[in-house]
Amino acid sequence: MAYDYTPFPYVAPPGLTGTEPRHAVAIVGAGPIGLAMAVDLAQRGIRSVVLDDNNVVSVGSRAICWSKRTLEIFDRLGIGQRMLEKGVTWKVGRQFYGDREVYNFDLLPEDGHKYPAFINLQQYYVEEYLVARAGEFPELIDLRFKNKVVGHQDKGDFVALQIETPDGEYQIEADYLIACDGAGSATRQRMGLEFSGQTFEEQFLIADIEMEQSPFGDEDVPERWFWFDPTFHPGKSALLHMQPDNIYRIDLQLDADADGKAEAAEDKVVPRIKAIVGDKPFKLDWVSVYKFRCIKLDQMVHNRVIFVGDSAHVVSPFGARGGNGGIQDVDNLGWKLAAVLTDNAPASLIRTYHQERSHGAAENIKNSSRSTNFMTPKTPIEALFRAEALTLAQDQPFAQKLLNSGRLSVPCSLEGMDLQTPGTAQVAPGRALIDAPLESETGSSWLLNEVQGQFTLVGFGDVVLPDLPSVRRIGINQRADYPCFTATNGHAIRRYGSGKAYLFRPDGHVCAVFDPPTEQSVLAARARALGAELEENAA
Amino acid sequence: MSIAPDRLSPDQDDFYNTLIQAHEGLSEAQSHAMNARLILLMANRIGDLAVLTDLIETARSYADG
Ligand SMILES: Cc1cc2nc3c(=O)[nH]c(=O)nc-3n(C[C@H](O)[C@H](O)[C@H](O)COP(=O)(O)OP(=O)(O)OC[C@H]3O[C@@H](n4cnc5c(N)ncnc54)[C@H](O)[C@@H]3O)c2cc1C
Repeated sequence: MAYDYTPFPYVAPPGLTGTEPRHAVAIVGAGPIGLAMAVDLAQRGIRSVVLDDNNVVSVGSRAICWSKRTLEIFDRLGIGQRMLEKGVTWKVGRQFYGDREVYNFDLLPEDGHKYPAFINLQQYYVEEYLVARAGEFPELIDLRFKNKVVGHQDKGDFVALQIETPDGEYQIEADYLIACDGAGSATRQRMGLEFSGQTFEEQFLIADIEMEQSPFGDEDVPERWFWFDPTFHPGKSALLHMQPDNIYRIDLQLDADADGKAEAAEDKVVPRIKAIVGDKPFKLDWVSVYKFRCIKLDQMVHNRVIFVGDSAHVVSPFGARGGNGGIQDVDNLGWKLAAVLTDNAPASLIRTYHQERSHGAAENIKNSSRSTNFMTPKTPIEALFRAEALTLAQDQPFAQKLLNSGRLSVPCSLEGMDLQTPGTAQVAPGRALIDAPLESETGSSWLLNEVQGQFTLVGFGDVVLPDLPSVRRIGINQRADYPCFTATNGHAIRRYGSGKAYLFRPDGHVCAVFDPPTEQSVLAARARALGAELEENAA
Repeated sequence: MSIAPDRLSPDQDDFYNTLIQAHEGLSEAQSHAMNARLILLMANRIGDLAVLTDLIETARSYADG
């Protein structure tokens, strides 16, 4: 069933008729990133105004693959379960050379995780769920559709914004401007910031088709199929993915000099799709032709203007790192900005958002460009090596691993960065939490539900946690006067080791480990994670 | 770029002969393809990124003059 794009209502903003009090945070753009940002801040009690030039969710599904880490973050933001229920869970990827399968992988052979490695769900559903979730915070999130930001000035300790509406222009001020205005960010352009990197010449036809029968052969298997040089599309690559509502995503590589407009025309697209799905009936839902880029900003924080999501970095979609990377940006910035706005951290903490997330963006760009390069050999020698890697991959395990149709998004590690207290452990400081099932007298839970959202000290096994009024504590496989859980099937202990305490940041990254913890060492690590030791704040 | 100690002798002639013979009867394109496969197989056998990087740089340095 095709998606029903019901427009969101426009309401004339108060700024048209009077001066609005200064906002704490203005978010430009209500894509998945801007909306998630508003929800994250609202959950921490921070108000924001969200301005979007449009009034419908993403047209065309665009992002479809949401990673485990993203789902865990969305769990904290209140829509993870809804996404999981609606989405298609898949974990097997198959790669074909010609018509022959050369390699398949299983993403999460391990049990004991609340969320699977990946689900497929159309971007418009994610945005719809986020808009609904934002609506649960009427006092904290002021979502304004058909409000186009046309100008802004950083005034040093606040930002002024000029906004166009159907009823005319008005002006607001905000302590911080968060630019979530996407790959073509007008905020970025207005500031003249360089946005450079690799642009790929090849074009890709991206189509969503609706069909009752399965294009995956006889059975409907929720898998990812990728072809190098398939007989139905010789010399190029192709990708097939399943989405909810009987919708399937097909990506087809085109020639670099193909006429994008002509290629997107129905009479051109239909035969290409028939070549893949055969005679099974289908309907075109959305077709688009893209050229991909892998680029990022050199600096994501410019005083009171902060870039988040596609406005700060763009990657090719092979590896599903665009939206997933942006959600990790939100996860990283939310608690920091809230701590600064509530005077619990120095303003310089926000700069660590750049340190940590530009590293994540660089990692995503590196992986996405490598995949795109592998898929689109540019010289005869590149084509030769790729062809021979594919030949060897028919039986050589090492060559199977060389095939790169997208290294799928994995959580970014922040090891060795300023906010983390150095230490060694099974899950080293900087790494994102590894989920595990827990049980207590009051029922079952997941580690991610117990540690995300606020600083949490977790004692695994035989370790005593000090009394800390300001830090949430939990114990696993121990008895104490703070909440304690049993590690279901021993997963948590196996994943974290026994006899250690871990301090998790509000975004679920480990920031310190202790063996054993003392009040002083835990508080010092927490202060460090809140920016106390950043150069300009050190006494 | 590094100068490697000789590790082929005293079998250097056998090795060279085996390599050349393996190309017998192949077209030039097939030979190039075989060489590419050989590089990939040798790389996996060496299995050490630092060593491979050094070898790649050394080979490349002769092209740069
Ligand atoms: C074909 C394709 C497939 C993809 N597949 C995946 C995938 O599988 N997984 C994945 O994680 N990512 C994927 N991505 C990437 C993903 O779609 C983006 O990373 C994601 O949309 C970024 O979200 P965003 O909120 O930063 O930007 P956008 O979604 O672009 O949202 C920006 C918003 O800002 C608004 N806006 C712009 N200018 C103004 C202004 N001046 N004033 C007010 N509002 C403004 C826009 O209307 C829009 O609502 C894919 C992308 C494409 C194109």
